[in-house]
Amino acid sequence: MNPAVRCQNVIKVYDTGGQKVTALNGINLDIAAGELMMLVGPSGCGKTTLISVIAGILDQDEGSCEVFGENLLNMRSRDKLNFRAHNIGFVFQAFNLLPSLNAAENVSVPLIINGMKRVEAERKAITVLEHVGLGERWTSLPSQLSGGQQQRVAIARALVHSPRLIVCDEPTSALDHETGRNVMTLLKDVAMHKDRTLVIVTHDARIFDFADRIAEMDDGHIIKVKDSR
Amino acid sequence: MNHIALKMLMGDKGKYLGIVMGLTFASLIMTQQPAIFLGIMSRTYSFISDVGLPDIWVMDPKVQFVDDIKPLQDTELYRVRGISGVEWAMPMYKGLLKARLFDGRFQTCNVVGLDDATLIGGPPVMLEGKIDDLRRSDSVIVDIDGARDKLGKPSPIPGGKPIPLKIGDSLELNDRRAIVVGIAKVTRTFQSQPVIYTTYSRAKSYAPRERKLLSFVLVKAKKGQDLAELTRRIRETTGLAAYTQEEFKTLSFEYFIHNTGIPINFGTSVLLGFIVGAAIAGQTFYNFTLGNLMQFGVLKAMGTSNWTLLRMILLQAVLVGSIGYGLGVGLTALFGFAMRHTILAFKFPWQLLLFSGAGVSLICVFAAVISIVKVIRLEPAIVFKG
Ligand SMILES: Nc1ncnc2c1ncn2[C@@H]1O[C@H](COP(=O)(O)OP(=O)(O)OP(=O)(O)O)[C@@H](O)[C@H]1O
Ligand SMILES: [Mg+2]
Repeated sequence: MNPAVRCQNVIKVYDTGGQKVTALNGINLDIAAGELMMLVGPSGCGKTTLISVIAGILDQDEGSCEVFGENLLNMRSRDKLNFRAHNIGFVFQAFNLLPSLNAAENVSVPLIINGMKRVEAERKAITVLEHVGLGERWTSLPSQLSGGQQQRVAIARALVHSPRLIVCDEPTSALDHETGRNVMTLLKDVAMHKDRTLVIVTHDARIFDFADRIAEMDDGHIIKVKDSR
Repeated sequence: MNHIALKMLMGDKGKYLGIVMGLTFASLIMTQQPAIFLGIMSRTYSFISDVGLPDIWVMDPKVQFVDDIKPLQDTELYRVRGISGVEWAMPMYKGLLKARLFDGRFQTCNVVGLDDATLIGGPPVMLEGKIDDLRRSDSVIVDIDGARDKLGKPSPIPGGKPIPLKIGDSLELNDRRAIVVGIAKVTRTFQSQPVIYTTYSRAKSYAPRERKLLSFVLVKAKKGQDLAELTRRIRETTGLAAYTQEEFKTLSFEYFIHNTGIPINFGTSVLLGFIVGAAIAGQTFYNFTLGNLMQFGVLKAMGTSNWTLLRMILLQAVLVGSIGYGLGVGLTALFGFAMRHTILAFKFPWQLLLFSGAGVSLICVFAAVISIVKVIRLEPAIVFKG
């Protein structure tokens, strides 16, 4: 079976005013469907850059990255937007909820981007909020929720349009240990199934046990992939 | 997505208020300053509007505006009366004369002499007395602002308001007695002198002895008479200048436009208001977009197109623009209403709404464009940056 994500010799060089930084230096990595892959490694080793390429929000300079068999680099920008809108869910370290939208409205955003009517989208958003244990809080603004609750809203937002790939950058770093583990449990229970792939960037050694596999990075390379199942 | 755009905009009350206030200020200045300008400029011809009735004004060809008096000989009146198509023609005297007040002070006044028989061209509104009282000997009518202020008797308390001139009081014009028989309301003119109405023959006796004293011949055209045709006929027959009421207003208005610093001064203040308003509103709106860049980035990463983001920003700009414009124009109208009884000039024709509307639109387009450029250039990859 084809992998969900296949990176081959991916190179990304940032050029900031003459200074070149090689963030990815020949990445080869396959991630299977239904797998929870963690990317770990020291600060600045290129983890965020790699998931940005995988999620189709950053173009690599060389190599190819296929997601569900599609090479994002060659896609027209319109198709790429559509591809992201349908197939990718995002979870961020700083939650990145829209502060003036309530929980249900925040969760409904991906559906609205995909063209669903607002009322219907919000109704669906509320059912997903119930799955993450926030069914009662759908009218709350992000500022009225705790960090853990906000991240649960963000997870609901990443799930609501049933994407096949969810990318998370440091989803637990802004949370205390217990809340972080709860969020991971939730991600694993609610988000994981055989057709969905999770790629999680983390520093947080305390959550490594949630991974199916862990890819260790250093200086733009993958130095080791560990199977922890 | 429109719903999201509006929530984004109004979610941050402080910034939202800031943008709206910037635009309100800009549209206020862009409406109020021109309104004052138009008000002042309309004073250049308000005497013509006040006289009202005649269709055509006949005068010396060298006259440049309504207060630029170049007298004619009395015989011109009869020549004009003889022209076909003229229903009636009346003489008018208009000139600056020194009045000697009862306490011995002198005050320059704008004296208007009306046809003795018909009193055509009299003040538009009588507050006390009647125009017909001018038929009494030595009688004059003075305007209320002059009566209250420059022609008034000095206050018994130093620095107090003067005691207004009343009916029955007298003045001296060229050593001749003039008795106040009425108080009128006239539209303010560019000259701030008191206005004194009297009859044509009496005005002549007040004026210094000169060969020519006739300022204007006021003409009413016969029913159905083409005015352009009649003015041409008057010009050709008499060699004088003849203007329709509107033409004479335009002549006066344009004289002031071309020969005074008023348009430049007001133009500068309107331009300044525009620039300051644009800077404030543009700046706050742009800052608002900058502050929301992460939100736009998240939407972009999730698959929102640049086109949709552009529409969202435009919608936000249009909304704050309309509210700011509405408030600014509303405040201007209120301002004009509050000032309606004061010396302040203010004129608010509907064209001004278009003018400031265009100005505010321009500001909003400018603010939206710089924001849109920023958002379109935004790399969605910023969403993972802390
Ligand atoms: N937009 C950018 N412009 C220039 N250099 C960048 C940019 N983004 C990242 N870099 C550089 O690329 C390298 C990899 O950055 P990246 O953010 O992928 O690291 P990371 O592994 O996610 O680090 P961290 O754990 O601190 O988040 C770093 O040296 C970083 O300074
Ligand atoms: Mg990172």
